[in-house]
Amino acid sequence: MTEQTMKQWLLTDTPTSRRHAKISAFYQGWLSFRSNTMAMIGLGILVALVVIAAAAPLLSPHDPYVQDLGNRLAPLGTDGHIFGTDSLGRDILSRLIYGARITLYIVALVALIAPVAGLLVGTISGYVGGWTDTVLMRITDIFLAFPRLVLALAFVAALGAGIENAVLAISLTAWPPYARIARAETLTIRSSDYISAIKLQGAGALRIITKHIWPLCISSLIVRVTLDMAGIILAAAGLGFLGLGAQPPSPEWGAMISEGRRFILDHWWVATMPGLAIFTVSLAFNLLGDGLRDVLDPKAGE
Amino acid sequence: MKMLEVQDLNVWFGSGHDRVDAVKNATFDVVKGESFGLVGESGSGKSTILRAITGLAPDWSGKIAVEGQVIGHKRPKTFFKTVQMVFQDPYASLHPRHSVDQVLGETLQLHGFKDIDARVVKLLDDVGLGQKFRFRYPHQLSGGQRQRVAIARALAPEPDLLLLDEPTSALDVSVQAEILNLLADLRTEHNLTYVMVSHDLSVVGHMCDRLAVMKDGQIVEVLGVEALRQMKATHPYSQHLLAASV
Repeated sequence: MTEQTMKQWLLTDTPTSRRHAKISAFYQGWLSFRSNTMAMIGLGILVALVVIAAAAPLLSPHDPYVQDLGNRLAPLGTDGHIFGTDSLGRDILSRLIYGARITLYIVALVALIAPVAGLLVGTISGYVGGWTDTVLMRITDIFLAFPRLVLALAFVAALGAGIENAVLAISLTAWPPYARIARAETLTIRSSDYISAIKLQGAGALRIITKHIWPLCISSLIVRVTLDMAGIILAAAGLGFLGLGAQPPSPEWGAMISEGRRFILDHWWVATMPGLAIFTVSLAFNLLGDGLRDVLDPKAGE
Repeated sequence: MKMLEVQDLNVWFGSGHDRVDAVKNATFDVVKGESFGLVGESGSGKSTILRAITGLAPDWSGKIAVEGQVIGHKRPKTFFKTVQMVFQDPYASLHPRHSVDQVLGETLQLHGFKDIDARVVKLLDDVGLGQKFRFRYPHQLSGGQRQRVAIARALAPEPDLLLLDEPTSALDVSVQAEILNLLADLRTEHNLTYVMVSHDLSVVGHMCDRLAVMKDGQIVEVLGVEALRQMKATHPYSQHLLAASV
C-alpha cells in the first residue's frame, strides 16, 4: 500500500469494518492533536520521561545511592557531575534520572485509583439519584471540605510514612472532584433521548452506566486527570518535602528539594535541579491536558 | 382486534405545588394495523402520552393495554419486543460515540437474537441505508440518515406497535417526504400499527387513518381522516386548528 492510499484508507468516510472505523476515528483524533504544537511538546517531554525512567541504569552516569563525602556539594559542571552533587556527595543527575521512576510510579497509581473511584461514585450517584445521590454527594462534600495536603498528611500520619501510603493518601483526597464532574455529566446524559432509546430496548442500569454513560464521561475525566497530574506530582513532592512521602535515601524529587533546602543560599543547585524537574513534568502534563481537551471534548468537536 | 387501549390516562410531573398535569383523562383505542394520529399544539401532552405508554414518564394512572394485556408500571422485557418508539430529534437519539453497527448490534443482542450480523445487514437494507453506512458514527450521517438508523433500531426487535414522536419535524422538507414514504412502506411490509404524534396536520392526513385532537392535556375529539380532509370537525378547537392549517 502506498502512502497516499494508506492515508485515504485512514480518512475514509465509509469504513468497511469495525476495526477500520475505530482506527479511522483514532487517526483523525491524532491529526487534530498533532496540529497543537504545545500539546505535542508536552507529549514529547512525557515520552522522554518514560524513556528515561525505563533506561535509568543505562543513562545515569553514577549510582544514585553511592556517597562521596569528599566531593559533597560540588557545583554545576564539575567533572563527571554535570548537575553537581548533594550534601552527601551523590550525583544529582543520576538521582533525578532514578527519581523519574518514582514520579511515574506515583502518577500512574494515582491516575489509576482516583479517577476510577470518582467515576464510579459520580455516575452511580447521578444515574440512580434520590437517596443514593444525597448520601454519596454529602460524603464527597466532606472530602472536598478538607484542604488536600492537610487531609493527605492526616492519612499518611495514620497509615505510616512511605511512598505507597502517600499515593493512597493523595488518591483519597483527589477523587471528589472527579466524582463531581462525572455526576454533572451523568445528569445531562441520563435524560437524553439516546439513553431513553436504549432503556426502551430493555437495558438495565448497569449496562447503561458502563456502556453508554462511561464512554461520554471518560474524555472529560482524562482531560481533568492530565491537568491534575501537575498538582498530584506537587502534592507527592510536598509530602516528600515534609518527610512523609518517600523515605531517604530514595531519590524522590520532593525529598531532594527538602534536603537541599538547608543549603539553598550557598549551594542553590541542590534544591533547584529537582525543582526544575518537577516544574518541567508538571508543565508537560498541563500542556498535554490542554491538547487532549481539544481532541476529546465532545462539545468542542463534531 | 385492539392493538392499544388507553383509558382515563392521567400523566403528571412533579408533586405538591409543582405538580403539572400533562395529560388528563385521555381515552382512545388503536386497532391492529391502523395508523393513529395525535395532533395538537406544542405542550398539549401528545408526546407525553407516548412516553407514558413506554414507561419513560413514570407518574401516570389509568389503564394502558397492549394487545389486550394491561400494562403495569414496571414493564416486562417482552413489552419492548411488541412496542417500540422513534424519537423526534435524530440528532439527540443516537449515542455520539456508537457506530451504526454498535447501535443495531447492541439492540439485537439485548433482545436475544443470535444471527446479529445478518440482521444488521437486513435492517440497514430495510430502511434504505446501504452497507457502507454500517460502520459510520452519527456525526458522519445526515439528519435523514440518522432518522433511518433510529427507525432501524426501533424495527430491530420486530415490534407490532411503533410509536412515532414527530419523526420528521427535525428534518428538511425534502427529507421529511422520504422518511414518511419509508414509514408508510415499512408499515405495509411488516404489518405494523402506528401511533404518530405530530403538529403537522398534512403529515397526519397523509399517514393516518384516524386521529385524536388534543388541547391542554385533554383529547377534545377523535375523528377519521375523511372528516379531516372535508374539514368536518365538530369541536370548535379542532375546527380552529383545521382552519389555521389550510
